Amino acid sequence: MNRAILLHQFLDHAAEARPDAVAVDNPGSGTITYRGLAELTDRLRDRLVHLGVRPGDRVGVCITKSIDAVGAIFGALKAGAAYVPADPHAPMSRAAYIFGNCAVKAIVAENKFVDGLRQEGEWPNGLPPVVSLDGSGDGTALRTALQREQARDPAPVVPTVYPDQDSLGYILYTSGSTGRPKGVMLTHRNGVSYVDWCTEVFDPKPQDRFSSHAPFHFDLSILDIYVPIKHGSTLVLIGYEVGKEPANLAPLIAEKRITAWYSTPSTLTLLAQYGNLQQYDYSALRYVFFAGEVFPVKHLREFKRLVPHPRYFNLYGPTETNVCTFYEVPKVVPEDRTEPYPIGKACSHCEARVVDENGKDVQPGDPGELIIRGPSVTQGYWNLPEQTAKVWFTDGSATKWYRTGDIVYFDGGGDYVYRGRRDRMVKKRGYRIELGEIEACLYRHPSIHQAAVISKENEEGVKIRAFVSPRDGVKLSIIGLKKFCSENLPIYMVPDLFSVLGSLPTTSTDKIDYQRLKAME
Amino acid sequence: MATVTEAEVSRAIKEYILEEFLPGENPEELTEDTPLVTSGVLDSVATLKVSMFLQKKFGIKLAAHETDVEFMNTIGSMTKLVCDKLK
Repeated sequence: MNRAILLHQFLDHAAEARPDAVAVDNPGSGTITYRGLAELTDRLRDRLVHLGVRPGDRVGVCITKSIDAVGAIFGALKAGAAYVPADPHAPMSRAAYIFGNCAVKAIVAENKFVDGLRQEGEWPNGLPPVVSLDGSGDGTALRTALQREQARDPAPVVPTVYPDQDSLGYILYTSGSTGRPKGVMLTHRNGVSYVDWCTEVFDPKPQDRFSSHAPFHFDLSILDIYVPIKHGSTLVLIGYEVGKEPANLAPLIAEKRITAWYSTPSTLTLLAQYGNLQQYDYSALRYVFFAGEVFPVKHLREFKRLVPHPRYFNLYGPTETNVCTFYEVPKVVPEDRTEPYPIGKACSHCEARVVDENGKDVQPGDPGELIIRGPSVTQGYWNLPEQTAKVWFTDGSATKWYRTGDIVYFDGGGDYVYRGRRDRMVKKRGYRIELGEIEACLYRHPSIHQAAVISKENEEGVKIRAFVSPRDGVKLSIIGLKKFCSENLPIYMVPDLFSVLGSLPTTSTDKIDYQRLKAME
Repeated sequence: MATVTEAEVSRAIKEYILEEFLPGENPEELTEDTPLVTSGVLDSVATLKVSMFLQKKFGIKLAAHETDVEFMNTIGSMTKLVCDKLK
C-alpha cells in the first residue's frame, strides 16, 4: 500500500486493512467500523459534490462531537474540500462569522444550529446549502439525513478527490486580536507530516485506543483524529459535558481502556483534584500527552503520583505549526522541583531557532523568540495577508520561518524552555485568547465607555480580569457584564473578574495604562 | 448540620459566590433566581468549585449528575439540593 499523503487516505487505508475494526467509539451512543465510516463518508462526499463543492472549496461543520461529526470531516475531505469546524457550544454568531469569513460552499450542521447560523450571519447570497442532521451520536443522524436527501434529489456516486498535498485540508479559527477570530490555514502536508512524526515517536498499534478530549475546532484534535485512524486503532470520543466533569470522566477513561490520553494540563489537574483516580484501573494507559498551556509542576507531580506507569509527554506547538517541540517528563518528578518542565527539543520534521528582535540568533541561555519552519507549518491566515506577512521571518533562504510569539531560551541540556509571550495572547485551559478580542467585545456593550483586559497567572492557572468604565455614570452590574460576554464570546473568554472604575488610568500619551491596571489588586 | 435553616444555606452560598466569582458586585444584584451557569457567571471549573464548597460546608455528598446545570444554575436550586440532602 502506498504511503498516505492526504488526510483522508489514512481512512482509505484503514478501511482496506481493518474493515471490521471499530474506528470510532462514542460512549453512550455507539460505535462505527472502518468499513461503516468509509461508506458513510463516501455518501457525504457524493452529496457535497452534488451540492457544488469542488476541490479547493471549504465546508463548514457545526455538529456536537460525535461519529456524525467525524463523518462530516472525512466527507468534506473526500470531496476535495477543506473542513472548517466551528464550536457548536459558542454563540452561533461566531460560527456564522467563521463560515461567512471563509465563504464555505456548503455546511454540515445539526438542525438546531441552522436557524442561528442563518440569522446571525451575513449571507448576501443566502445561506449556503446545508446538509441538516436531526441530531448527532452514532452516525445515524448523518446517514438518515443523506438518505432523506437522496430520496428527494439523488446524488450520483462520484470518485473520491485526491488533491495536491499542498491543498488546504482544514482551517482552524483562533482568537484574533482585532476582535474577530482568524482562520489558520492548514494543508494536507501540514497535517500528514505531523501525524507521521507521531508514528515515529509513539509507535501506535492497531490495538490502541486514543481519547478525543479536545473539541474538533481545537488543534489537539489533529493527533486525536488522524493518528488512530492512520493505524487502524480506535478513537474514543469524549463528549463536551463529560469532558468537563472529572467525576464522570475518570471512570470512563478506565472503562474504555484508553491507551493514549491527550488533553490540556487543566483537565489533568481537575482529574487529579476531583476524579478520585485511585479508585480506577488505568493499567491500559500507555501515554499521557498534554499541551496547550504550562503544566504547573505541583499538579503534574500529583497526577503522576496517582497514575504512575504511562509515559508522559509535553507537546508544544501553536495551531500554526502543529506540535513542533516535545519533551518526555522523567519517571520521577522531584519533590522540590517547582519550575515547569521544558517544551523540549524540535520534532524531527521541524527546525527551531531562538532569535532576538533583529532576527539574530541569541546565545544559548539567553531569551528570544522561538521561530519554526518545516512541513507542518501553516500557509498563513485566511484572507488576512497583512497579519500573515507579520508572522513570517525570512532569512534569505527559500523557506519562511513562523514567528511563534513565544519567548524561550535554550537550556544546557538540549531543550527549549518556555518563558512567556511577546504579545497580548494568553492561554487559559489550553484555549488561546487574544485579550484584544475580549476588549473589542466589551466595547460593543452600549453602556461601556472604556475597557481594558489583563491576565494574571498563578499556580491555579490563568485568570482574566476586565476593567471597565461606564458611559455617563450608568450603573454596571458585574452579573450583567458576564452575561453580555457569554452571549458574544465562547465561555472560556468570559473574564473571571470585573472591576468597574469611574475612568481607566492613562499614560502621559493618553493611552490606557496597563501597567497600573496590573498593579491593582 | 441538622439545625441549619434554608435561609442560612442560601446566605452562605450567596456569600461564597459573591466573594469568589463576583467580587465588587452589588449583593442585591445576586438573587435566589439569578441564572449563574447559563449566564456565564459560573463556568465549568467554577461550578466544580461551588460543588466542592457545598460538600465541605454542609457535609453532604453530591453525585456526579447533581453538579449539572439543573441543580447548579441558581442559588435557589442549590439551596434546595443542599436542604434535601440535610433532611
